[in-house]
Amino acid sequence: MAERKPFPNWSAHFILVAGVAIFAFPIYMALVGSTWDASTIGRGQMPLYPGPLGIDTYLQAWFSGQGTRARGAPVQVMMFNSFVMALFITIGKIAISIISAYAVVFFSFPLRMFFFWMIFITLMLPVEVRIVPTFAVVSDLGMIDSYAGLAIPLIASATATLLFRQFFLTIPDELVEASKIDGAGPLRFFWDTVLPLSRTNIAALFVILFIYGWNQYLWPLLVTNSPGMETIVIGITKLLTAADAQADWNLIMATTVLAMLPPVAVIIFMQRWFVRGLVETEK
Amino acid sequence: MRKRVIFNNKLLPYLLLTPQIAVTLIFFFWPAAQAIYYSTQLQDAFGLRTQFVWFENFEELFRDRNYLESVRVTLIFSVSVTVLSMVPALLLAVMADKQIRGATAYKTLIIWPYAVAPAVAAVLWLFIFHPSVGILGRLLLRLGVPWDYALNDGQAMLLVILAASWKQVSYNFLFFLAGLQSIPRSVIEAAAIDGATPTRRFWTIIFPLLSPTSFFLLVVNLVYAFFDTFGVIHALTRGGPGQATTTLIYRVFVDGRENNLLGPSSAQSVVLMIFVIALTMVQFRYIERRVHY
Repeated sequence: MAERKPFPNWSAHFILVAGVAIFAFPIYMALVGSTWDASTIGRGQMPLYPGPLGIDTYLQAWFSGQGTRARGAPVQVMMFNSFVMALFITIGKIAISIISAYAVVFFSFPLRMFFFWMIFITLMLPVEVRIVPTFAVVSDLGMIDSYAGLAIPLIASATATLLFRQFFLTIPDELVEASKIDGAGPLRFFWDTVLPLSRTNIAALFVILFIYGWNQYLWPLLVTNSPGMETIVIGITKLLTAADAQADWNLIMATTVLAMLPPVAVIIFMQRWFVRGLVETEK
Repeated sequence: MRKRVIFNNKLLPYLLLTPQIAVTLIFFFWPAAQAIYYSTQLQDAFGLRTQFVWFENFEELFRDRNYLESVRVTLIFSVSVTVLSMVPALLLAVMADKQIRGATAYKTLIIWPYAVAPAVAAVLWLFIFHPSVGILGRLLLRLGVPWDYALNDGQAMLLVILAASWKQVSYNFLFFLAGLQSIPRSVIEAAAIDGATPTRRFWTIIFPLLSPTSFFLLVVNLVYAFFDTFGVIHALTRGGPGQATTTLIYRVFVDGRENNLLGPSSAQSVVLMIFVIALTMVQFRYIERRVHY
């Protein structure tokens, strides 16, 4: 269109570059912080460019987690815990919701809608709201300080079930008929037809749920007591408790960078699924 | 909507539903019921006897000046986070929607902060705004601003708002961008032919057509600010100084977990549950009807 624009392209670039810079700035500072020694940072003399240390700080964080003041668990232990929790939540949620959606869509049985609404209503209440009584239940079941206690209470959610239900309703009836004529039962139809068709939805959900699981905070804070069970996000804020100038800032920043790597990598390498999953689970 | 062709097994559907229903019953309905039950109970000082007190915990709650203060803090916090994460997101989305070079690269570079946990975002911004360590914290002091988020109420609030909004912009950006891309080009071109300037086109066509997206995001961001930002506050200020950043969800945590006040904290949980249910219902009504132009 040949007209004068109030925002020519260079100004669009300018605004976008400014936005990108604001997003990247804290990460850059964290990277710089992880390469200087704690006392330089503590004196408030950290420059704006990377320092001489770097890899040493990361090795220290990864293997011991012990600084001069900080008494954290090794990052490798906390990362492992975060991985187990995130994968447990992701796979658990996908598994239980794909089969329950399958039951609701492809069968007709008494109380079908009752069960559907029972699941649907959980959409409305995040775990944060019912945190104290849920903790009491988990504690009564003896699940404190266990991976099951970390993950299972967070598996109860309706989003994935709704997404699968929505998708199953678009599977043409002819496909079901054809399978039935071929003599396939419901389990065979699920395994041979529905599961392969759901691949894109599963991938999209995987990205969203992995990030959701990895970034959990309040629940792991309540359920884990021993340092060996801490997740990495909790571990970082534990290092902060003495967040004065003498804290091991380099160690904290190295741990922070490591904690961000897996979810950021998932977003960047699975961007297509991520965008799809986000837009579809919410709408 | 129903499928016409279905399977006829009697037992199988129940078996398929069992895992999810079991998890939902044990970790959702049972705790929710307990919250409602405990919200009507009063415990004596030793936690030995409890007594049924009807709605006394709730009456107590709404007379409690600390609780009302938390309501005020939560409102300021949530509205600020919502505005601060939605307005820049819309601006960036409008810019990224133009046919410019590198649009995909910009998109990638804007969406990744979504992956950063709120608590981690808090630590990142703390490192920048710490009064003696942080680069901007020191700059502010050198400029003569008495900057100390650990002592000053307003500054503490500012910092938690900043950390909480920063990571939410990318989420809003994605939805605004999807909304913008679904607006038919022909409508915009028709307006251009009628002589509407780009600014006028934005306010009279694009912005109204975005209203379903905006409304959806408004609700999602409010819920985010209410619940998901616990990590930001816990990592940065622990609700302080004083109670300057004690939001409702932080208070539930403090009263229920640290002060062991079962009745009052359950009453708070129930209030929050009612609030979320109301919000979700409003959202569903509007999404059905579509906020319209």
